[in-house]
Amino acid sequence: MSTKEKEPLFSAKNMNALLGPLGRNNPILVQVLGICSALAVTAKLKPAFVMALSVTVVTAFANLLISLMRRGIPSRIRIIVQLVVVAALVILVDQVLKAFVYDISKQLSVFVGLIITNCIIMGRLEAFAMGNRPWPSFLDGIGNGLGYGLILLVVAFFRELLGSGTLWGYPVVPQWCYDHGYANNGLMILPPMALITVGIIIWIHRSRNKDLQEK
Amino acid sequence: MENILNLFVKSIFVENMVFAFFFGMCSYIAVSKTVKTAMGLGLAVIFVMTVTVPVNYLLNEYVLERGALSWVSPSMAEVDLSFLSFIVFIAVIASIVQLVEMIVEKFAPGLYSSLGIFLPLIAVNCAIMGGSLFMQERAYAHIGEATAFAVGSGIGWWLAIIGMAAIREKLTYSNIPKPLKGVGITFIITGLMGIAFMIFLGIQL
Repeated sequence: MSTKEKEPLFSAKNMNALLGPLGRNNPILVQVLGICSALAVTAKLKPAFVMALSVTVVTAFANLLISLMRRGIPSRIRIIVQLVVVAALVILVDQVLKAFVYDISKQLSVFVGLIITNCIIMGRLEAFAMGNRPWPSFLDGIGNGLGYGLILLVVAFFRELLGSGTLWGYPVVPQWCYDHGYANNGLMILPPMALITVGIIIWIHRSRNKDLQEK
Repeated sequence: MENILNLFVKSIFVENMVFAFFFGMCSYIAVSKTVKTAMGLGLAVIFVMTVTVPVNYLLNEYVLERGALSWVSPSMAEVDLSFLSFIVFIAVIASIVQLVEMIVEKFAPGLYSSLGIFLPLIAVNCAIMGGSLFMQERAYAHIGEATAFAVGSGIGWWLAIIGMAAIREKLTYSNIPKPLKGVGITFIITGLMGIAFMIFLGIQL
C-alpha cells in the first residue's frame, strides 16, 4: 500500500462509488436487489424513511467492517461471516429503533430483521467490499443505501398521497375535493400496487437510459 | 388438527409469502425465467423452510424467549435473550443450508446437479428468514402449528414462482414496449397476480 500514491478522500472514483447508485446504477432499478423490504414498508412515508435510514447505516458499516477483515476471511465460509457481521449490526439498529421510535419499529415489525437478508447488503459485500479498501467501501455502502432510500421514498410518496391523501401523516388533499366526490384509492395501500408502482418507475428509468433495455 | 389445516391453507393462499409480503422477491425475479429452474428453486425453498422453521421454533421456545431458560434453573426465569434472535436464526439457516448442500452432494448427486446452484442462494432468501421471524412474532402454540405454517409458506412460494415462470415463458412471444421488457413487466404481472390472489382473503376452514 505504501508504494501507491495516496488518493484524495473524495477522488473521482470515490465520488462515483458514492453517487453512481443514486441514478444510473440504482440498486433497485438496475440490479433489482433488495426489493422485498422496498415494497413492504412503502405504504406510508414515515416508515419508509426510517427503513431507508436503517439500511443505509447497516450497508455502510457492514461494507466498512468486511472491507477491514477481507484478507482474513476464508472464502468457503465467507457467506456465514458476512451474515454474522450484518446480523450484529441489524441487532444494534433494531434496539435503537425500539428505544427511540417504538411506534414505527412496531409498524416495520419483521422487516427490520429482514435487513439481514436484504440482497443489496450481501450484493455490495460480495461485489465491492471484498475487493476494495475500507474508505471507498464505506462510500459505496452509503451510496447504495441512499439509492435504495430514494426509490423507497418515491414509491411511498405516491402510495401515501393517492392511497390515504396524506403526506408524512399530514392531510394534503383539501376537504373540498372530498366534498366534490374525490375518494382515496384504497388499492394503493394494498401490497400489489407497490409492485406495479415500482414496475412503472423501472419503465420510466429504462426509457431514459436506453442502454439498460433488454433485447 | 382443524387449526393446523386452517393455518396450512391460510399460509399458502391468503398470506402468500410473495403476494402478501414480498418475501424472496430477489430470487423470485432472477430465477423465474424458465419453469424448470423455477421448479428447482421452489422445491429447495419448501425443503429448507420445512427444516429451519421448526428448529428455530424450538430454539426460540427453549433458549431465546423471556423465561425460556427456566428449565435450566429457576433462577434464570427472568433472562430474556430475544435480542439475540436475529443472529441465532440466520446462523441456523446458513448452517442448515450448508449442511443440506453437503448431504445432498454426497448422497444424491443427481439431485445436487439440478438443485445445487440454488442452495447457496437460499441462505439469503428473505422468505426463509421471514418465515422464522413471523413464527417468532405470531408465537405459535406448539411445534405442529409452526411446521404447518412452514410447509404452507414454502408451498405458497413455490406456487408463486412456478406461475410466474410459466407466464414469463409465454411472454417471450408477446410484443411488450421495449423499456418495460424483462424486469418491468415482471413486477407489473406479479402485482396483477397479487390482486388475483386477494380473492382468497378471509377464507376460513
